[in-house]
Amino acid sequence: MKIKTVLTGATLAFGLATGAVAQDKTTVGFVYVGPIGDGGWTYEHNKARLAVEEHFGDAVETVYVESVPEGPDAERVMTQMALQGADLIFTTSFGYMDQTINVAAQFPDVKFEHATGYKRADNVSTYSARFYEGRAVQGHIAGQMTESNIIGYIASYPIPEVIRGINSAYIHAKEVNPDVEFRIVWAYTWFDPAKEAEAATVLIEQGADVILQHTDSTAPQAAAQAAGNVVTFGQASDMAEFAPFPRVSSIIDDWAPYYIARTQAVIDGTWESTDTWDGIGPGMVAIGEITDAVPADVKASAEALIERLRTGEYHAFTGPLNRQDGSVWLADGEIADDGTLAGMNFYVEGITAEIPQ
Amino acid sequence: MDLSSINPILLLASLMVAATPIMLAAIGELVVERAGVLNLGVEGMMITGAVCGFVVAVNTGSPWVGFIGAAVGGALLSLIFGFLTQFLMSNQVATGLALTLFGLGLSALMGQGYIGIKAPAFPDWDIPLLGDIPVIGPIVFQHDPMVYVGLAIVAAVWAFLKYSRAGLILRAVGENHEAAHALGYHVIRVRMLAIMFGGACAGLGGAYLSLVRVPQWTEGMTAGAGWIALAIVVFASWRPGRLLLGAYLFGGVTVLQLNLQAAGAAIAVEYLSMAPYLATIAVLVIMRAGRAPGSLGQSFHASR
Repeated sequence: MKIKTVLTGATLAFGLATGAVAQDKTTVGFVYVGPIGDGGWTYEHNKARLAVEEHFGDAVETVYVESVPEGPDAERVMTQMALQGADLIFTTSFGYMDQTINVAAQFPDVKFEHATGYKRADNVSTYSARFYEGRAVQGHIAGQMTESNIIGYIASYPIPEVIRGINSAYIHAKEVNPDVEFRIVWAYTWFDPAKEAEAATVLIEQGADVILQHTDSTAPQAAAQAAGNVVTFGQASDMAEFAPFPRVSSIIDDWAPYYIARTQAVIDGTWESTDTWDGIGPGMVAIGEITDAVPADVKASAEALIERLRTGEYHAFTGPLNRQDGSVWLADGEIADDGTLAGMNFYVEGITAEIPQ
Repeated sequence: MDLSSINPILLLASLMVAATPIMLAAIGELVVERAGVLNLGVEGMMITGAVCGFVVAVNTGSPWVGFIGAAVGGALLSLIFGFLTQFLMSNQVATGLALTLFGLGLSALMGQGYIGIKAPAFPDWDIPLLGDIPVIGPIVFQHDPMVYVGLAIVAAVWAFLKYSRAGLILRAVGENHEAAHALGYHVIRVRMLAIMFGGACAGLGGAYLSLVRVPQWTEGMTAGAGWIALAIVVFASWRPGRLLLGAYLFGGVTVLQLNLQAAGAAIAVEYLSMAPYLATIAVLVIMRAGRAPGSLGQSFHASR
C-alpha cells in the first residue's frame, strides 16, 4: 500500500496548505477512516464537525483528512495536523489507537480524542457510544421479522466493538425467536461498497432474509433492495433513502454535542483526559424511525425496549447469559460491567460461528 | 459447517459478475502497457467512469447511455494523462499517481447531489435457448449484458493484438519505440489512442460497479479495484487470455471465501480473506511469467 501512503501524504499536504491557521483561533482536526460521503460512519462524524463550525463560528477552525488508512500511516497524518497548529484532534476509528498514543506523546500540548479505543494518556481521551443498545433494538425487530430464521451479519474487523454488537443483536433476536440463526461474514474492511454488496448477496443467497451490517456504506441496503424481500437497518447513519423498506430502522451516531462540549473545554482550558461511553440515554445513540413495514405490535414492543434502555431500567447485557462454550458469564439478573464489555472477545451461547483470532 | 447451503450454480454465476469490473479495467490497461505506456491512474479513471456513468444514467434513465458516458468520461480523463506524458514528456509514474488523486477528487465533486439516488435498473439478459440449458444456462447465459460486452472486449483485444496489422504496430511501438519510429509509425498517435482505449475501459469497469454491482454512487466506491486491475495485468504477463483467467480467479475466490464464511467453514477467516490475492498471484506466477514490453514506461520524443 505504498501508493496509498503517497496519496494520503499528498492529500494532506494539499489540504492543510490551503487551511493555513491564524493563531488566535482554536483549530480542531479530524482524521476520518472513510470518505465523508460514505453515507454512514464518517458521514456522521463530518456532520458533527460541521456542527462544531456552526456552533463556534469564527472562533474555531476545523481541518480534516478523509480516507486515512488504519495503521502506521495514520501517524504521519496526525503529526502533520499537530505541526500545523491543531489544538484538538479527533481520531475517529479504532485502528488509530496506538498511533494516537504515539503522536500524543510527541505533542503534549495538543489534546487528542480517540473514538472507540481503550488507551488513554494525559492528553488523550477516549469516547465511544453504546451502539450495542441500538443493536439490541435491531435484534429485537430482526428476530420477529425473519421468516427463514437466518439473519446475515456483515461484520468488519474482529474487535470488541463489533463482537459486542453481534452478541447484543443475537441475544435480543433469540429472546423473541428461539429458532434464530446468525450467519456472520467478516469483510475485513470498514468501507468497500463492492465487497459489502457481495457479502450481502452471498448471505441472501444462503437464505438470510434480514441483513445487519457493521460496515459503513449503503451498498448492503442496495443489495437487499434488489433482492426484494430482505430487511436491513441503517448503520451509523439513518440511511433513510432506503426507507421504508428494506431499511426498517437504524442506529444513528450523534457526535455533535460531544464534539462541541470538548471543543468548548479546550477553549476554556478545562479539558481533561476522560473516558466517555454514552448510549441512548444521553443521546449519543439514536434509533432511526421504525417504518410501517414493521408490524404494529413489533414496533410497539421495540419502542418499549428503546424506552427501557433510555431510562437505564434495562441493560442490554443482563443475565442469565452464558459464554459460547457454555460457561456462566452473568448470573440471573446480573449486569455486565463496562470493563468486560469494552474488551469483549467471546460470543454468547448459541452463536455457532467462531471469532477470527 | 453447512456446505450444502452454498449453491454452486449461484456461486459460479456470481463469479462472472464479481470479476467483470476488474476485467474491464485490466484489459484497457493491458493495451496501454502493450503500447509502452504505464498508466497508474486506473483507479482514478475507474472512479471517474463510475460517477460519469451514474450521473448520465440517472439523468437519461438509460443504463446503456450511462455506460457510454462512463467510457467517454474515462477516456477524457486519460487524455489529460496522455497530453502530459506524450506531449509534455512528464514522468509516467508520477502523472499516473496524480491522475488517480485527481480522479478521486473530481468524482467526489461530480457526485455531490447523487448520493443516495438509485440507478435505473439494468435487467439481466435471459438469453433464449442457451439460458434454458440446465446448470450451464444460469451460470453463463443469464447475466446482464455488460458481462458479455466485457468478454467480447477481451476477445477483441486478443484477436487485435495477435492477428491484425494495427495490433502488430501497437506491439512494435511498445517493444521498441525508436525502431517503430524509424519504420515510419507515428508513436505518439498510437500511444494516445491506446491511452484513450484504456481510459474508456477503466470507465466502463467503474460504471459496472456504480450501475450494476453495487448499484449506487458512493464516494471512493472503487476502493482499490483499479490497483488490483493493474496487478493482474502484470501477473498475466500482458496476455489477454491469462488476464481473463486472473480476473475470474480473483472474482471467483472472492465470492467463494464469502460463501465459505457465511456457511461457517472451519477455516480461519484471515486465510479466507487473503485467499483471492494468494490464489491469483500463485496461479499466474506458476504459469511462467512473461516479459514486459521493451519500452514500457519510457518517454518518446521524435528528435532523439
